[in-house]
Amino acid sequence: MTRISCREAMRQALREALTRDPRVFLMGEDVGRYGGTYAVSKGLYEEFGPERIRDTPLSELGFVGAGIGAALGGMRPIVEVMTVNFSLLALDQIVNTAALYRHMSGGQFSVPIVIRMATGAGRQVAAQHSHSFENWYAHIPGIKVLCPATVADARGMLWPALQDPDPVILFEHAQLYNLEEDIPDALEVDLESAAVRRPGDAVSLITYGGSLAKTLAAAELLAAAGISAEVVDLRVLRPLDTETILASVRKCRRVVVIDECWRTGSLAAEIIARISEQALYDLDAPPARVCSEEVPIPYARHMEEAALPQPEKIVAAAKSLFG
Amino acid sequence: MIEFNLPSLGADMDEGTLLEWRIKPGDTVKRGQVVAVVDTSKAAVDVEIWHEGVVHALTLEPGQKVPVGTTMAILREAGESAGQVEAMRKQRSAAKLPPLAAHVEPGTAAVSAPHREAPAAARRPVSPAARRHAQELHVELEGISGSGPHGSVTVADVDKAAAAHHTAPLDRKAEMRRAIAAAMGRSKREIPHYYLSQDIPMQRAVEWLLRENEKHAVTERLLLGVLQLKAVALALARTPELNGFWRGDRFEPGAGVHVGVAISLRQGGLVAPAIHDVDRKSLVELMGSLADLVQRARAGSMRSSEMSDPTITVTNLGEQGAGAVFGVIYPPQVALVGFGRVADRPWIDDTGAVRALPVVTASLSGDHRVSDGIRGARFLTELHDRLQRPEEL
Repeated sequence: MTRISCREAMRQALREALTRDPRVFLMGEDVGRYGGTYAVSKGLYEEFGPERIRDTPLSELGFVGAGIGAALGGMRPIVEVMTVNFSLLALDQIVNTAALYRHMSGGQFSVPIVIRMATGAGRQVAAQHSHSFENWYAHIPGIKVLCPATVADARGMLWPALQDPDPVILFEHAQLYNLEEDIPDALEVDLESAAVRRPGDAVSLITYGGSLAKTLAAAELLAAAGISAEVVDLRVLRPLDTETILASVRKCRRVVVIDECWRTGSLAAEIIARISEQALYDLDAPPARVCSEEVPIPYARHMEEAALPQPEKIVAAAKSLFG
Repeated sequence: MIEFNLPSLGADMDEGTLLEWRIKPGDTVKRGQVVAVVDTSKAAVDVEIWHEGVVHALTLEPGQKVPVGTTMAILREAGESAGQVEAMRKQRSAAKLPPLAAHVEPGTAAVSAPHREAPAAARRPVSPAARRHAQELHVELEGISGSGPHGSVTVADVDKAAAAHHTAPLDRKAEMRRAIAAAMGRSKREIPHYYLSQDIPMQRAVEWLLRENEKHAVTERLLLGVLQLKAVALALARTPELNGFWRGDRFEPGAGVHVGVAISLRQGGLVAPAIHDVDRKSLVELMGSLADLVQRARAGSMRSSEMSDPTITVTNLGEQGAGAVFGVIYPPQVALVGFGRVADRPWIDDTGAVRALPVVTASLSGDHRVSDGIRGARFLTELHDRLQRPEEL
């Protein structure tokens, strides 16, 4: 076991990839000389040189497109986009090109690219740097969407993502970088399954990414109130591990989905739709969700906190499922 | 618009449970067509419709129990559009009009009005899981109080109701069966039974009893069974190893002769409580004890001593017509005496002549761990002899 920060875990993952596979390179705004906006790639420029740690101009459309081209040309690019808000500038490249090439070429071309991007709020960086659009990407067939919520997953997900022959989006919640946890020396990470982070039997709390810590805190509060909550970490947002979700719901018969996206059209909505389709008769109460308020994420701290899912909101939603 | 209301399916029916729809919205129905199956608590009845039209909406779900007269379905008449019917429904529910008299099912006009609003208003939230759970456990959702959000019925509520249901007296029958199964199973596993029987002429006993009963008031008259009981008790004096218990690998002789009398219960099953000290009671006392015991056994108010004290059991299936009975010993007792029917049979008397005499087959089931066949045979002979001297009983 080693105790490291999430930032360090991601840096180790990058270094491992760069070391193991000469086709791998990192590309993005300020990833080289500056060391990355969140300091994830700090020191890699010095270690691997400007050929493999490439600073790019401020054009998401341009450098994501270049990454796709490199992937088509046989490289294994890791492209960093500063935040998911900015990734919308590259949406055309990701959705219309990367996600479609296997289909459009009749299987002749694949795009083995990994696109990393920060997501989420809670750091007072205001609306244009704080939104959560994981659900937009999870909507798209042809790409895989990952969202680590633990240091171990942050350390372990990159390498198998690079082995995937198709585009993979790796979301890093901006509040996780300073999270410190023990990780096992022999790390085994799959890109298929959701994980039960805390077993319970009275209410299933389903979440992912930056909301996991809040949900675990809520589970602790619920336990103190005599309610045994199970916490499921989705880990993979596309394709969803419906089996694990349904198994937990069938066991607990009550469910709250916690998702930092806005409620309307959220990933939580999709999960609840699947539960309603496949486990309606296992439910002992209507499914509930805790999402962000439908406002641009505010700058002021108290307002930002009020706009986001919080342990107290999760506890209240869970308790509302009991009489 | 036609409202199809739950018809009365019998004079004593005032509510019914919809089991199944045989129609769906959009179907065209004809007079006499079976449209639903309704449980009237006596039987599942196919419900026919006496109107023609197109099914517009079903307003009752399978599983719902509603009063006679409740609207089950809305039909469109020829020429009516869905929109027209919807408009009429809205109007009518706003005005809270009673159902159109013309469309009330025969025999239900009087009860229809007060029940119209009931189903929708009374619909209570039941979680989907609870609904399925209740079906699996055959628990009625009616009357279960809900502890979930908005008073909804949850799986836990159904479990609670099911548990309460199980403690109801209904299950006494099953309890009784389990108790008998346990005792009889143990008996046949543990006790090496041997069986003997002897035919006993009962002419003297019957004649004596007739004369004796002439002296008594009707309420004090004796039954032949009482003579048999007393004869068994007295006969045991010579074979005491048939009277007592097998406990801890040894025989414990009974402190008295407490004869367990097998009494069948009306709801099924049987008990065999004791009449104490049968050998020392007069026939009249015994008759009183027996009548009292039978009555209390059937009322379920026996004393625990009567249940645990019997040192031997007597069973009499003669009245039920059995010729003979070879019983299963009730542990920890070590013997059981059975009597069959007393019936006229050809019998060779002391003079060698064949006569028709009332005869009974008495049997002994003995525990071979305690007694041997020769002792059992001696007991039956003694029983035979005692029954030939009824005046000494």
